[in-house]
Amino acid sequence: MLYVALALFSILFIYPFLIQIATSFKTDPDAAAHPLSLVPNPFDLHAWKQIFGQGAGSVPFMRWLSNSVVIATVVTVGRVFLDSLAGYALSRLRFRGRGFVFAALLAVMSVPSVALLIPKFLMVNYLGIYDTYAAMILPLIVDGAGVFIMKQFFDSVPVSIEEAARMDGASIFRTFWSVVLPMARPALITLTILSFQGSWNEFSHFLVVTRGTPEHMTLVTGLASLVSGQLGTGTQYPLKLGAALLTTIPVAVIFFALQRHFIRGANEGGVKG
Amino acid sequence: MTQLGTANQAVGTEAMTPTAQPPRGRRGGGGIRSGEGIAGWVFVSPMIVILGLFMVIPIVMALWVSLTNWNGSVNPFSGGPGAEFVGVRNYSDLFARDGLTRSNFMQSIGNTFWYVLFVVPLQTLLALGLALLVNNRMLKAKGFFRTAFYFPSVTSSIAISTVFLFLFSATGAVNALLGAIGAGQPNWFTDDRGLVHLLFNAVGVDNPGWAQGEVLGRSLWDWVSGPSVALSVIIILVVWTTSGTFMLMFIAALQDLPVEIDEAAALDGTSGWQKLRHVTIPMIRPTLFLVITLGLIGTWQVFDQIYVMGKGNPNGTTLTPAYLSYQQSFGNFKYGSGAAMAFVVFAIIVVLTRIQRWVLTDKDERRPLLRRSKAVAR
Repeated sequence: MLYVALALFSILFIYPFLIQIATSFKTDPDAAAHPLSLVPNPFDLHAWKQIFGQGAGSVPFMRWLSNSVVIATVVTVGRVFLDSLAGYALSRLRFRGRGFVFAALLAVMSVPSVALLIPKFLMVNYLGIYDTYAAMILPLIVDGAGVFIMKQFFDSVPVSIEEAARMDGASIFRTFWSVVLPMARPALITLTILSFQGSWNEFSHFLVVTRGTPEHMTLVTGLASLVSGQLGTGTQYPLKLGAALLTTIPVAVIFFALQRHFIRGANEGGVKG
Repeated sequence: MTQLGTANQAVGTEAMTPTAQPPRGRRGGGGIRSGEGIAGWVFVSPMIVILGLFMVIPIVMALWVSLTNWNGSVNPFSGGPGAEFVGVRNYSDLFARDGLTRSNFMQSIGNTFWYVLFVVPLQTLLALGLALLVNNRMLKAKGFFRTAFYFPSVTSSIAISTVFLFLFSATGAVNALLGAIGAGQPNWFTDDRGLVHLLFNAVGVDNPGWAQGEVLGRSLWDWVSGPSVALSVIIILVVWTTSGTFMLMFIAALQDLPVEIDEAAALDGTSGWQKLRHVTIPMIRPTLFLVITLGLIGTWQVFDQIYVMGKGNPNGTTLTPAYLSYQQSFGNFKYGSGAAMAFVVFAIIVVLTRIQRWVLTDKDERRPLLRRSKAVAR
């Protein structure tokens, strides 16, 4: 009974992905005629050739892919560094106004992202960086939830070791960088994963701070425009599903390699949604 | 200081000597805490600059814009044509004045009301059900099932929406399946009929007299339509993708329950269902409330899926306030009106969360508030 229920749910959760993979190797007519089949007949690489820039009607996927990689990497590195810096200060350093800064952080974290689309656009416009990589990266490079996770982690680390380092004359930054940060590895890995996944999957932010030309598209915004925007023509399900698969693969690889940390992240930073 | 042992192993720096344990310094000047005031501000300054620049200040700017009729072509703070101050008119247009803006907005609110009413209970129940299944002590291959159920939650909402567009297309997998069992095959994304209306129609009721009254510019009959068939696909999609995350939260809560309670319940001869109802659920109540709260916050913000799967079509039945706000601003260049909508959604979310917390603290004051949710914004 238990296994019947589990098997049923597993099919429900896995089958769509299998269909997705199979369909990306189908021809358009085959995709429409046999939507449930997991065997492409005939086996066809046309969609993937288009994705990799060959054949008629190709789409600049490689450009989008490199945009995605660059942006997700820069955002992740920036977030991990800046979030832990701020988290450390809020947890360990005594400075005037710390309580206020922390309270403000909590307040800012509770602002729903839907209320931020127009505000972000206004500021990006005001700063004159609309439709640039700066506009895509800078607003994402610090996130409140990440700071919070790091602060919580540092709170749980015993203080004596860094005090010892300080007694030996290490500077505050040096103590942070070479003593405390290495201890925070579990939290850093979690934050890295959350940041990469979050910025890789980001959609609405890029939608409002760029013009929507292929130049600044990422895989996700590119896919959206292919599916429902100006680039969409016809059904082209093999192409669309292949593109969606390409968008999913990096996150999937990281997920299967580092599940433990994903699960940690879900329970620690269950803020984003 | 009890964890010192493990921490030592983790670090292993040469700086650790048993003597290096000074009293928590508060000697002022010169101590090991010297310079922390400056360093603290230096460390938090990138965060303050970024969050201030891209969240705090722009929200104030947007509040101002929501009081203007800014059209995007001039400086929004200059006043004059294209950016005139109009007071609360953008807000009153949403609630009090007849017109397209109000009817669209009210329809989006109605849609979202049904959407929330379906998604939040369904995702909570599914997540709890999956967690109970996966948490069974006898179960083998727990990891596999947990992975399978959680995986959709980590992937891109746009990519998943693309897959569902195919699955639910006229010639898609779902219709193939329905055809195989001889059921009807709806044209999912173009079907604007509401589920409650369909139910009424099934018993022969269609737009009856009692449903003609107008509430906020919309007939009662429209308000009770239920989610349209098209919106139902999005409901299924969202329940399917989010239940994995919430399942993990429930698993964490279930694993925190002391084993003795299980045993005591078993000795008392309670059935599985009784145990669930009288023992397990009351004990994971904080998590249950957390999941519902996060669900409420998330559902009112649905945007990505709408953008890809409906854009309000068919007939406005997949409009949500978040999408409408975007559409009004970046499609119709009525930023003031769009910003006003965004703030109304913001207010709704804040109010819902407050109510949630109030319900939680009122009945169960002794329990620490949302114990497992330390890392969650409130």
